[in-house]
Amino acid sequence: MRYLPLTSDDRVAMLARIGAPSVDALFADVPESARRSGPITGLPDHEGELGVERQLKALAARNVPAGSVPSFLGAGAYRHHVPAAVDHLIQRGEFLTSYTPYQPEVSQGTLQYLFEFQTQVALLTGMDVANASMYDGSTACAEAVMMANRVTRRSHAVLSGGLHPHYAEVTRTQARWTNFTAADAPPDVDGAEDLAALIDSNTSCVVVQNPSVFGHVKDLSALAEACHAKGALLIVVVTEVISLGLLTPPGEMGADIVVAEGQSIGNALNFGGPYVGLFATREKFLRQMPGRLCGETTDAEGRRGWVLTLSTREQHIRREKATSNICTNSGLCALAFTIHLSLLGEAGLTGLARLNHATAVTLADRLAKAPGVTVVTDAFFNEFTVRLPCDAASVVEALAGQGILAGVPVSRLIPGVPELANLLLVAATETNTQADIDAFATALGGIV
Amino acid sequence: MAMNSTGRGETRPANDTAAATATFTGNRGLQIEESLIFEQGQAGRTAVDLPAPMTTATRLGKVKPRAAIGLPGLSEPQVIRHFTRLSQKNFAIDSGFYPLGSCTMKHNPRLNEAMARLPGFADIHPLQPVSTVQGALELIDDLAEWLLALTGMAAVAMSPGAGAHGEQCGMIAIRAALEARGDKRSKVLVPESAHGTNPATAAALGYAVESIPATAEGRVDLEALKAKLGPDVAALMLTNPNTCGLFEGDIVEIARLVHAAGALFYCDGANFNAIVGRVRPADLGIDAMHINLHKTFSTPHGGGGPGAGPVVLSEALAPFAPANAVVRGPDGFRLIEHPEGQSFGRLKAFQGQMGMFVRALTYILSHGADGLFQASSDAVLNANYIMASLKDVMSPAFDGPCMHEALFDDSFLKDTGVSTLDFAKAMLDEGYHPMTVYFPLVVHGAMLIEPTESESKESLDLFIGTMRHLAERARSGDAAHFTGAPRLTPRRRLDETSAARKPVLRWRPTEVLDEAAE
Repeated sequence: MRYLPLTSDDRVAMLARIGAPSVDALFADVPESARRSGPITGLPDHEGELGVERQLKALAARNVPAGSVPSFLGAGAYRHHVPAAVDHLIQRGEFLTSYTPYQPEVSQGTLQYLFEFQTQVALLTGMDVANASMYDGSTACAEAVMMANRVTRRSHAVLSGGLHPHYAEVTRTQARWTNFTAADAPPDVDGAEDLAALIDSNTSCVVVQNPSVFGHVKDLSALAEACHAKGALLIVVVTEVISLGLLTPPGEMGADIVVAEGQSIGNALNFGGPYVGLFATREKFLRQMPGRLCGETTDAEGRRGWVLTLSTREQHIRREKATSNICTNSGLCALAFTIHLSLLGEAGLTGLARLNHATAVTLADRLAKAPGVTVVTDAFFNEFTVRLPCDAASVVEALAGQGILAGVPVSRLIPGVPELANLLLVAATETNTQADIDAFATALGGIV
Repeated sequence: MAMNSTGRGETRPANDTAAATATFTGNRGLQIEESLIFEQGQAGRTAVDLPAPMTTATRLGKVKPRAAIGLPGLSEPQVIRHFTRLSQKNFAIDSGFYPLGSCTMKHNPRLNEAMARLPGFADIHPLQPVSTVQGALELIDDLAEWLLALTGMAAVAMSPGAGAHGEQCGMIAIRAALEARGDKRSKVLVPESAHGTNPATAAALGYAVESIPATAEGRVDLEALKAKLGPDVAALMLTNPNTCGLFEGDIVEIARLVHAAGALFYCDGANFNAIVGRVRPADLGIDAMHINLHKTFSTPHGGGGPGAGPVVLSEALAPFAPANAVVRGPDGFRLIEHPEGQSFGRLKAFQGQMGMFVRALTYILSHGADGLFQASSDAVLNANYIMASLKDVMSPAFDGPCMHEALFDDSFLKDTGVSTLDFAKAMLDEGYHPMTVYFPLVVHGAMLIEPTESESKESLDLFIGTMRHLAERARSGDAAHFTGAPRLTPRRRLDETSAARKPVLRWRPTEVLDEAAE
């Protein structure tokens, strides 16, 4: 077996040193009823690279890669071009096969990029500090609410009807089982909800997504003031992080915690994971922040270096009193994010954001010309909602048959609500060409 | 080809002093000092060339375009060099022995990486029509079937993003099952040797955490457990093999006692690599266990993630599993995306860590049942070989054979002036990543060595020789060698106290400081 270096002779010599008659003897503590002296039967045996590759490629071939057809899918995961340099660098074994930087003297590479990542996230969101990443945007969202509960010593969260339904569901699940409450506003299709009216003296936070899941971009300054007037925090969720290259950052609008899905920068779609959660906040809330943090310091010779810090918040020190049970972050995805954003730089990110917006504007104008189709979202970044004259899920299925991934039917995220059945979420990125847009609009016009 | 050696002098260097190794740049040969990306950028530079936008029209409503962000601009060669240099400051499995106990730092096969990057897996959207992702759903189902076969359990929840996330999944399922039968219980029992995530998880769910002491043999104290079990106990959380590297031989009896008390049994599967393919956890009587795909099934640790923590569940807990679920049907695979029936909810957007599933399945198919059996056998053999080869110069924490990791305490360093930490730092200079230190908490100055099955005997022998040398050196009175270590690493010991006292967690432009100075 190609991954196992020990030879039969090695094993014999090693058992002799140990003084055990066999490897089985080393398992003597296992109750006899559960002990096996040979492999589990009925399963295939080992296989060479060629054979494994054949099996995996056969499975892969039964999927339609988004990049192989005109694709307009978004709703929390976006297809962007990732420069070749990103994947090359993250596959360097020194990054790929290291672990959490427990020994900082030999982990400065990981620590320095985490410090750079934290800085990039703080700059993008307009916040003071950011952590070294979370599992993804949805878990970061739930952790942000729990942090707000700790900061305010309150236990009720108000969730916008524009929050991604998966994010809301993750947060509600945490609420149900970790003993706080979370109230959903109704789906905010037209972007007109008034959350300020829902804040009371028990509200720890208001969670609002910008752009919303229906695509609306908003100025949240007034909502931030309304939160602060009642002692609540404003949590802003961003699922399309490229938007921060164009829009006023949440920090400037008064957000107290900003969480985001960072997948769009540096990371492939991967059918939903692994992704990378961004988490940023104000300096004053630092010690209530979950997750790992990298900080600057000096070494014994006075040279600048980095270490994991403020670990007294964490589970391995605090155990049952920790701010969170989180142990791993999303290190390699955070590295991909950092490298891609370093490649983009200020000019690249702002240019990319404008490009995305321009493509979406072009697409919206074109789709609006199809008979019976209206664009519901007035102000948007690269994703918007359209109302079709018929069931959106059926249209998506029919267009998939024609080789077009037309978007995400709202009913896929919020099933069983008849008035949402005709709504379709449509996203455009820099990967979409004029020809993609023409093909989509023509095919849609032929169906509705 | 003949070489012109005119003027060539002596090729052997003269004896050096420390001062002679000082350089103008601060670089040390291949070890190059590297500033932050923010200290290298120039406005106007970029490493990405973009096409012209299709239109200049905007649709931003009342939202204003943002002012400058403050990101640095670099070209592609600069970015490549920056991150290549950073990589060279990292210890990694690819470059050396990484016996970090409890973390299973085994070889990460490159076939796994190649398969995860097939466009049919990497370039599919989580909300594509289900008809366009049948192969992806089959892959998830195939991996699930393997995990069930290897554990003997009834069901598996695939979505948790890491081990701690999986723990939460299993413990919520337990709470949900208890509440479904109208049983409100307030306590969770956790051995004092447990990972910190166990008590953190239980406490977050509102349980009071009670500690179970260990016996002198490093196992759960059965009498203490019996005394604590009662109608108020919801669950026992137990790692097996435990964090002392030992198998809990009473586990079947423990499971019986837990169930007799009406409680459920959560097993922390962090150490599954010791028994995978040899022992099915279902045969031990557990109700839930997370599987760290990044440990047992070799998905790369990536500098601290991403991980993946699917949770296998017993018949009793299966109905409570969270969304999403893949279901095999007559017309292909379906995806259940909304919690149904008794499902406790959703832990994460979409279907879970697909990229990790591809890698793990590739690993499993490469090994097969026979290879997995051999892998756990070799992992345990390697650990016992280290234990047997060091027991006379270091101090094993417990007697008897260990599982896949060998635990030592610091009694062999008594009165040497050398601590476990100093010893670990001296290992860095020898080119080794240290073992896990000061964990588990039940052993003084703990040193937990997990070699995994990936190390050759030659590699183990050199490591053993090094450890013997260091142990003897510590006992010979050369404490300064250890307390001053490491000396040869990219950085020497870092000041963690001042880092925590006055946290600097991001770069800020120096102009602010310069202006203040002027």
